[in-house]
Amino acid sequence: MNPAEFLSEAGLTIVAGKGGVGKTAVTAAMAVAASRAGLRTLVVEVEGKDAMASMFETGGLSYEELELVAAAEAHAGVRARTLTPDDALLDYLADRGFQRISNRLVGSGLLDIIATAVPGIRDILVLGKVKQLERSGQQDLIILDAPAAGHAISFLRSARGLADAVRAGPIRAQADEVLELLGDAKRCRVVLVTLPEETPVNELIETAFSLEDDVGVSLGPVVVNGVYPPLEGLEVPAAEAAASAGVHLLEGEADLLDSAAAFRSARRGIQDAQLERMAEVLPLPQVHLPHLFTTGVDRGDLELLADALIEGIGALEAGAGA
Amino acid sequence: MSTATNASRPQGLRDVLEGSRVVVCCGSGGVGKTTTASVIALEAARAGRRTVVVTIDPARRLADALGLESLSNTPTRVDIGPEGSAGEMHALMLDTKSTFDGLVRRYSADSDQAERILANRFYENISSALSGTQEYMASEKLYELAEEGDWDLVVVDTPPTRHALDFIDAPQRLATFLDHRLYKVLMTPTRGIVRAVNVAAQTVVRSLSKVVGGEVVADAIAFFQAFEGMEEGFKQRAAAVDALLGSSETAFILVASPRADTVAEAGYFASELANHDIAVRALVVNRVQPRFGAAGTGIGAAEARQRAETLGGTAIGSHFRALADALTMADGEDENLRGLTGQIAPAPVVRVPVLPVEVTDMDGLAILGQLLLE
Repeated sequence: MNPAEFLSEAGLTIVAGKGGVGKTAVTAAMAVAASRAGLRTLVVEVEGKDAMASMFETGGLSYEELELVAAAEAHAGVRARTLTPDDALLDYLADRGFQRISNRLVGSGLLDIIATAVPGIRDILVLGKVKQLERSGQQDLIILDAPAAGHAISFLRSARGLADAVRAGPIRAQADEVLELLGDAKRCRVVLVTLPEETPVNELIETAFSLEDDVGVSLGPVVVNGVYPPLEGLEVPAAEAAASAGVHLLEGEADLLDSAAAFRSARRGIQDAQLERMAEVLPLPQVHLPHLFTTGVDRGDLELLADALIEGIGALEAGAGA
Repeated sequence: MSTATNASRPQGLRDVLEGSRVVVCCGSGGVGKTTTASVIALEAARAGRRTVVVTIDPARRLADALGLESLSNTPTRVDIGPEGSAGEMHALMLDTKSTFDGLVRRYSADSDQAERILANRFYENISSALSGTQEYMASEKLYELAEEGDWDLVVVDTPPTRHALDFIDAPQRLATFLDHRLYKVLMTPTRGIVRAVNVAAQTVVRSLSKVVGGEVVADAIAFFQAFEGMEEGFKQRAAAVDALLGSSETAFILVASPRADTVAEAGYFASELANHDIAVRALVVNRVQPRFGAAGTGIGAAEARQRAETLGGTAIGSHFRALADALTMADGEDENLRGLTGQIAPAPVVRVPVLPVEVTDMDGLAILGQLLLE
């Protein structure tokens, strides 16, 4: 599929996945890919983490939008901001004329009591604010880096829970609007991120079914991070491979190479088995991102990951994943 | 407040475990905390101790590996095989709500009060949705086992969080929450001196009712009413938990992965703990890229990469690429970990390599155990 067309199918893409699977890197790379595809992109971060900013090699994100990639010839631009639940609650109250009690709410700990009295209110307010941003039309695509761990499901389920629990009032109205957004494939889609290993794949499968059944969101392709690129000929013993290429190996080198090859093949074997299993159980297309053999993601790595995303999206069939 | 040890020789993880009665595994999400906690309990049991591990939401595969299809909120004995016949290992999965229910029953004046609280909707929300409750109950469970159970070693996994202190502060924070003056403010509206404050507070509460609905506010007030008289018990308990966590018999073990972002988070954890006068007693780094061949032998990453380029397209070129990729990873990880290792010195650092197989059973856990304690 054409990447620009694919990435703009919905105005909001929510990237979700368990801690440690590289969700933030995928969010950042997708923003770069979208910007390259000509989409003005806004990244929204809800946990106040610094990882995203360091990948773009800029200062930390804040409530005010920050330019991560300037609009230029090859880029439509990426901006980013944080949107923590407390920000969203205070905004919400201010929008409804309760500005003057906001300080008291924070200072007195009443905010915690509200959040406890109405579980999911923090999530619903964040999503409500995201909906406002989506409606503002100030960007072509919003990418939301969802909370990690099991929170992704409760985060996305909050609207349904609230709509069931609260019969009327402004919060109920907010929940209804968020439900409408989440359920509309033309406006919103969830991209799940995983690693090609057993536990992350198990959790992804559970999350995917739960999101479709309980929340009714439309799921995009699964993004698999850290896939070992194929290497031909690792099964040939190093000494033999060297001899047939006329290469002289030093003392002990063949053993070293054999160990590295065996390790790589074994890990790759685990990955293949898990990817295959996921494909069997989950009828969602997969986009694979290569293992970069780096231990932290920098600006250059984001470009490589964006390349891989664009290539992977290009290989998808039209209508895939909806 | 655990003091640094004066041992003349450097301590290993085994020494740390032997000298502890409680082990807290902390770190960010996705770094293998639950597995590390379980392996520690397993190895201590194999060494002849009676151990229990409190897990938080273990992956299905780990529960399967432990042979526990359905972990519950009370300790279940794990079959650790003939080798460990001298010791015993038990495991449980933290159930936040039933642990909290137990606390309410413990501190309520009578069963009427307990039932009133347990039936309140706001209470239900506290036990499922209030942030920090899971941390609170993990430390409560830890305290319960350490004080009341007949255990040689209690190992606790902690909920994934960005703040090390969430776990330590949770009891105190929740006790404060439960003692919130919303209740007092609303229940004593005419007490002379605080009258002006109360009027303002009531205005806030009225405004809130308009936004979130009167029902939920009424539930909250009913909860604080029902809770009356129990705050003191909760506060004392929180102080006792705090004392246990600060005791020299309690060892905090930091679990991390060698990736730059999780190392940074681990460093943040360590400094938060240090601010609380708690030393990290050991660092466990999971899923480290193995180095092949003895240290200092063989070729470096750059040379391997260069030979891979020169020999591109041949089988031996692929071998050099596999080696170069592994060495690049290993070098990068070493670089990432250098600062953290220094920060927590003299605590030992254990690197557990990525295994070429997935751990699916007791034998796999035993292999991890050897790697952890070797």
